[in-house]
Amino acid sequence: MGTLLETRVITKRFGGLTALNQVDFQLEEGQIASIIGPNGAGKTTLFNVLTGIYQPEEGEATFKGRSILGLRPDQITALGICRTFQNIRLFANMTVVENVLVGMHSRVSLSLGAVLGRGRRFHEEEARLGSRASTLLEVVGLAAKTNELAKNLPYGEQRRLELARALGSTPMILLLDEPTAGMTQGEARSLMALLRRLIQEYELTILLIEHNMRVVMEVSDRVTVLDYGEKIAEGNSSEVQKDPRVIEAYLGRKRWGKATDAADA
Amino acid sequence: MGLVVAMIGLSSFAVAYSPRSIIAFLLFQASILLLYFAQIPRWLKRSLAFVSLGILMPMLGTINGYYLEVATQVGIFVALALGLNIVVGLAGLLDLGYVAFYAVGAYTWAIFGSPQAGKFISASVAHFPLAGGWFFVFLILGVVVAAIFGILLGLPVLRLRGDYLAIVTLGFGEVIRVLANNLDKPINLTNGPQGITPISRPPLFFQPLLSALGIHASPIVLYPLYLYALVLLIVGVVILVNRRLEDSHIGRAWEAIREDEVAAQAMGVPLVRMKLLAFACGASFAGVMGVIFSAKQVFINPESFTFLESIGVLSMVILGGMGSIPGAILGATVVTVLNLQVLKGMSLWLNSLRNAGVTILGYNLANLPTQLEPAKYERMIFGIILVLMMIYRPQGILPARRRSRELGGSK
Repeated sequence: MGTLLETRVITKRFGGLTALNQVDFQLEEGQIASIIGPNGAGKTTLFNVLTGIYQPEEGEATFKGRSILGLRPDQITALGICRTFQNIRLFANMTVVENVLVGMHSRVSLSLGAVLGRGRRFHEEEARLGSRASTLLEVVGLAAKTNELAKNLPYGEQRRLELARALGSTPMILLLDEPTAGMTQGEARSLMALLRRLIQEYELTILLIEHNMRVVMEVSDRVTVLDYGEKIAEGNSSEVQKDPRVIEAYLGRKRWGKATDAADA
Repeated sequence: MGLVVAMIGLSSFAVAYSPRSIIAFLLFQASILLLYFAQIPRWLKRSLAFVSLGILMPMLGTINGYYLEVATQVGIFVALALGLNIVVGLAGLLDLGYVAFYAVGAYTWAIFGSPQAGKFISASVAHFPLAGGWFFVFLILGVVVAAIFGILLGLPVLRLRGDYLAIVTLGFGEVIRVLANNLDKPINLTNGPQGITPISRPPLFFQPLLSALGIHASPIVLYPLYLYALVLLIVGVVILVNRRLEDSHIGRAWEAIREDEVAAQAMGVPLVRMKLLAFACGASFAGVMGVIFSAKQVFINPESFTFLESIGVLSMVILGGMGSIPGAILGATVVTVLNLQVLKGMSLWLNSLRNAGVTILGYNLANLPTQLEPAKYERMIFGIILVLMMIYRPQGILPARRRSRELGGSK
């Protein structure tokens, strides 16, 4: 197990606001890592830097030792990093299976000529895509909704569809931005069970942004805490929970309470 | 199915019997539409469509030449609407200058298929107009040149969306028209506002064959039929290309861009390449029809490629149903027939009532002031139809249907 994804002194500014301030971060292969922190701490900004949506002012980000800064989002996806969004961004007027098929775009090797010619290769490729899509939909439990419009799915299923769509690009790293937001504790638990299964089956590495502390502490091999764009703590769940700076970031100056309750905020 | 066959037969007979009746011709068109909805086997549907469009229509065209002209125009606009449908309907890039590509195609052939090119290329290099056979080369060339212009438009607008994109494409359309209007100096490329004429038509290479069969027809009769057949053939190819693109990873990527650009790119869709491809594909259909248009008209000038034409094609796409191939076809047909026949026919009829001095509700129509001349209402009625459509059926006449996919997987 080596370091798959690494950032060094990443800094991202928006005008006068420093959203990320010299963040060092490593993601080890085969782990579930989480990023936590209060609202506005820079968690999603870090995701956007890692997926090529933002370019940082300073620092370096590497994937398997290769720099990914300056690459477009689609190129990064093709390399093997794919994500979901905090505010679900499905292709609303496309069907469930079409959403997953779009996710596979970077794995389609058909030229314009092959598409217009509709030869044997085209049909083989489409069949391959179709069967993979149906496997993924089964994995996330949406096989029965294959031909429904994405916008007609209930909220929890939309989240799972986003997951299936991201898996469509056969990523090595999956970045999940608040995957359990709006879910009940039970739903969140079953989602986490699914993630554990995915790690086994697809040799995935997962990076989570989460607010649900119970989930975070349960599943994470490693937790990174951001506050005001700076990394204030890092370690396994119990280490982070005891860290005074983390407690301070969540609750302000220590005056009362125990860290475990504090983390549930 | 018997109903469809009977209707096609009856209506074509009606057209043959009273060639001047617009209603008979409309019935014929309606029966083709009925054919589309009929629940019959696909092979039967296709052969019936072939019979009605490939055989009956040309026959009716020899009885009343105007109908063939209408059918040819419908075909041209169907191809234009299908091209714009890729850009606007699938990829969601609002293009208000689409007619520019049509102009590019038309001028490509017009310049070289007329003595015009001789004005800036010395006679020692080549003699213009080029022989009619070159027309077929230029059909391909029209596609290529228009596609290049599509990419030229696409490059600067890649980062723009919505209103901004619409304004830039509008400007692009005007730039092309103004260029055509002014490129008569310093080098006379387009002959400016006077336009270019005479433009060569494709050779009637099959004429010896017809004579051998004992058919002696003059070019005046043959050309409309010939051009109609060419348009029909190209529309067929355009529909085929459109369907194959739509039902592939390319079409899905376009729709994903329309739905959510950021998410599409994050899922691995290369935005730049896919948007340029959409512009190029859309433009190429217009380009090839431009070549045919210039050969059909023999004369073109910048007036044929105004902003209003772009809006016209856009209204076909929206009226038919954005992102829907049958919708674009139907939209183009309805709008063209409405403009060329129904509204014209209605104002002619109202005019004849007026000239005859018919009295309606105690008011003698002959007293109608000239400002209220029925011909002036045509556009207004068309506008009202558009407004009503957008209020009561904003998704269009035949909105895009999601294909159900039978997944081959999990065997």
